[in-house]
Amino acid sequence: MNPFDYARAAGAAAAVTQVAASPRAKFLAGGTTLIDLMKLHVETPDTLVDIGRLPLDKVEAVAGGGLAVGANVRNSDLAYHDAVLARFPVLSEALLSGASPQLRNAATVGGNLLQRTRCPYFRDGVSPCNKRAPGSGCAALGGHNRGNAVLGGSESCIATSASDMCVAMAVLNVTIKTQGPKGERAIPFADFYLVPGETPERETVLDHGELIVGVEWPALPAGAKSHYLKVRDRASYQFALASAAVVLEVAGGVVTTARVALGGVATKPWRVPDAEKLLVGRKPTAEAFAAAAEVATKGAVPRTFNGFKVALVRRVIVRALETVAAG
Amino acid sequence: MTPAVGKPLDRVDGRQKVTGTARFAAEYDLPGLAHGVIVTSTVAKGRVTAFDTAAAERAPGVLAVVTPKNAPKLRPTEPFGSSETKPVAGTTTAPVLQSDQVFWYGQPIAVVVAGTLDQAKYAAHLVRVTYDAKPAELTLDSKGRVFVPDKVQQEEPEITIGDAEGALTAAAVKMDHTYTTPQHNHNAIEPHATVAAWDGGKLTVYDTTQFVFGVRYDLATRFGLKLDDVRVLAPFVGGGFGGKGGAWPQAFLAATAAKVVGRPVKLVLGRDQVYACVGGRTPTRQRVALGADAGGKLTTLIHTGRTSTSTTNTFTEQFNFPARHLYASPNIHLAQELIELDVCPPTFMRGPGECPGTFALESGMDELAVALKLDPVELRLRNDPDKDPTRGTPFSLRKYKEALKLGAEKFGWARRTPEPGSMKDGRLLVGLGVASAFYPVYRMPSSARVEVTAAGTALVQCGCQEMGMGTATAQAQIAADLLGLPVDRVKFELGDTALPFAMVAGGSSQTISVAAAVTAAVAALKTALLALAEKADGSPLKGLKAADVAFRDGGLARADDPKAGESFGAILARAGRKAVDAKAEVKPGDEAKKLSMQSYGAQFCEVRVDPDFGTVRIKRFVGAFDVGRVINAKTARSQFIGGITMGLGMALLEETHRDPRTGRLVNADLAEYMVPVHADVPALEAYWVGDPDPHTPMGAHGIGEIGITGVAAAVANAVYHATGKRIRDLPITPERLMSAARESPR
Repeated sequence: MNPFDYARAAGAAAAVTQVAASPRAKFLAGGTTLIDLMKLHVETPDTLVDIGRLPLDKVEAVAGGGLAVGANVRNSDLAYHDAVLARFPVLSEALLSGASPQLRNAATVGGNLLQRTRCPYFRDGVSPCNKRAPGSGCAALGGHNRGNAVLGGSESCIATSASDMCVAMAVLNVTIKTQGPKGERAIPFADFYLVPGETPERETVLDHGELIVGVEWPALPAGAKSHYLKVRDRASYQFALASAAVVLEVAGGVVTTARVALGGVATKPWRVPDAEKLLVGRKPTAEAFAAAAEVATKGAVPRTFNGFKVALVRRVIVRALETVAAG
Repeated sequence: MTPAVGKPLDRVDGRQKVTGTARFAAEYDLPGLAHGVIVTSTVAKGRVTAFDTAAAERAPGVLAVVTPKNAPKLRPTEPFGSSETKPVAGTTTAPVLQSDQVFWYGQPIAVVVAGTLDQAKYAAHLVRVTYDAKPAELTLDSKGRVFVPDKVQQEEPEITIGDAEGALTAAAVKMDHTYTTPQHNHNAIEPHATVAAWDGGKLTVYDTTQFVFGVRYDLATRFGLKLDDVRVLAPFVGGGFGGKGGAWPQAFLAATAAKVVGRPVKLVLGRDQVYACVGGRTPTRQRVALGADAGGKLTTLIHTGRTSTSTTNTFTEQFNFPARHLYASPNIHLAQELIELDVCPPTFMRGPGECPGTFALESGMDELAVALKLDPVELRLRNDPDKDPTRGTPFSLRKYKEALKLGAEKFGWARRTPEPGSMKDGRLLVGLGVASAFYPVYRMPSSARVEVTAAGTALVQCGCQEMGMGTATAQAQIAADLLGLPVDRVKFELGDTALPFAMVAGGSSQTISVAAAVTAAVAALKTALLALAEKADGSPLKGLKAADVAFRDGGLARADDPKAGESFGAILARAGRKAVDAKAEVKPGDEAKKLSMQSYGAQFCEVRVDPDFGTVRIKRFVGAFDVGRVINAKTARSQFIGGITMGLGMALLEETHRDPRTGRLVNADLAEYMVPVHADVPALEAYWVGDPDPHTPMGAHGIGEIGITGVAAAVANAVYHATGKRIRDLPITPERLMSAARESPR
């Protein structure tokens, strides 16, 4: 690990000022991604500004049945929060399918939104990787890319978004609240992440020094059900081979609301609006779900070792929708 | 007093381990200790053209950057297996720190030494290396040198009986397929670690090893020292699984670094460095072809294939050993070739050979059973030989059929309906599979010292190893029964070259090898005690010969009159002594030449397969074993279920990915190299037949490795039964199941 300065932030505004002051400064929250990557010399900040003790740790009801969650709320606490368990099971299921209990006790909501990829060529510190060393190439394209993305990739980068939580948040229509050098803003989840294109080093729309202070989302439609399904080789402690978060509302025998997001297969939490549109107004049948799954994977680019994910994620979508449709 | 042997006694060191007072190699903090961190190569073949160490040398706390330029000159190692009389243990002949040559990606090329671990790690990252890289051979299909080894673990590499190919052509029913297993790597909890300290010309080393005397020999050889000037200690080892069976570079690198900086040095490999610097299990590609008559009797057995070795050591994974002993067949052909690759030398990994070998052979037997429309348990029963099928020798003990029947009964095999896909649990497919387990009985030379005291306690010593299996517990049980003492009065010391000699804790050989030495030392002790009694007046033992007396109730007594005897205390008091001891050194006899000495077992697996996702979950697993007498029912069960757990990883999860473009290991960490987590492992059951082997010490067999054998085949066979899909390449992943077609019996 490189030597670095450490400062404990006195408040959100002070933290923003401290990080904005140095181009290589970073915020430190739970540290489950950042410290790991610092040990690997993939992240080499010169200053860490610890925001872990800022009072951004509340889960509060908002008018209309939604929730506002502070950036420092731990994954475990959010997963077991009564309101989340009762009204947003997709989020609880996603959180609890990720990592291990120890990691979930340390990891925060704000940190998880910025979780880095597990692409082995990004993490190794030596292979060509446009995300880690822009312009150096992408070793994953012709390498061991079983874990890499089939959706949202480019010839510069096919690194998979690793978070489970974010896939659930994608279907909750979350708004991300930030405080930065230019002031406060609220960023819709759909606008927050960037696909790699030719600049895979840039993963979100955040400015340097812009701090996530919390997230907020509205209630689900009254009759809607939600679910997160994750498929992986081993029963626990593995990133998704493919996952799906779904919200489905059926009224009068037809789908009135459908939201579907995919994990493990894409370069960012991957909403599939065309598949959702296809479902609305149709009967919740196996045929409709299969058709939606087909549309959801349109444009998928399979690589040497990850081609199976295209078929797999379709089956995951169908199973997740069947599960919520069955009640 | 009821015998201690056989009882499910708690580990004598269990409390130390769970309270953290058992000290492992990296926990020895000597005064003035410095920390070494290795720098590894980032090319697979070639030479280092330049080291830029300036930044590292300027970094805080750095004491030295050791490269071939400033490293003390060492002599070449003597490779493991290169001598039958000396405890050679070299794992690689690569002249690490002695030349600029690079033989594999991840080879150690420099050591940075600093006052703290963090300083050393940081500085190691600052070393810049430039290479003249050469194209490397990295896969079983590459252009590396292919050859047939002279010997396979002291046996002939090729066995031909009759006309195996001709019989296959003529067979009424047959199967002929190729199976592959990938590279696997060891993941002991404790990474490889050494603390090395020099005192003038004497070297003391705390190392994590399965072979303290091998490491001592290797260090003495490399540094040109007398054996007595090197002491190696490993009182506890945090798991080995074969990966600590030889002398891996960390030990001599720590000793080299300590010599350079003139301080004790601790050198611990990072998890990724354990992958890079310790060889792992070779990938295998194996052909199994079996022919049978209509009655299900084998008419031919062919098991051939290729494994890899390295440019800096020859290692032969003996995958066709199970086929040498398991089944009767009039025609047999067994062969193996090696390909030499630019990789870290492959090495022993739990059940080397037998583990991948049983995957292929036992998958093949299942395929033959399907082709015969015969129950796979029945097929195996019909082909049980009455003498060793390749050697023609009688068996010292063979209770294979008993183990098979025991396992079938405990597992409930009778409920299985034979048609693939015929058993369901809601949406999930249910599969039941069986496979044989097999592991040879090995025994090695060993020695021991036994001492009894006037207080009626005993100390037993042997420089053997404890790496989790319960060595001190089992040997204390054995010694207690021999000495007629309660087991809590016997202490067993191990893991130190200052103690009597023992060979490597490998080949599941340690328990009986050491038991033989302890038995001989106890016999010598009896003679010593009688000699004391003879010299003293009034002893009831006076005039008696060893054959006339027995150890009983903390003393010696007439064999024909238990009341005529006296305690150790009384014997020693008459002689004016506080203690008496005896030593013995024993070698195996020629029983292994005259007899076929093997362990057998049967593995039964029940799986659930999701037909959409191709995910396999283990529902139930039963192993039943024929391993002679079991010394400790609790630690034995732990060995069996530990082996089974590791086998489940092999079946479903484990695979080391080597990037074929660079030679770099891509998934060298515990998140991406997957071993089973608790949620993957159901309650496992282990049973044993228990009949003692009349030709082994204590009637026992080693049991550390047989538990993993056959597991992957039992899983694959259960997956076939669930799905009708035959997966011949490990691991059995979702993508393999999704893309495989259902097979219909011919």
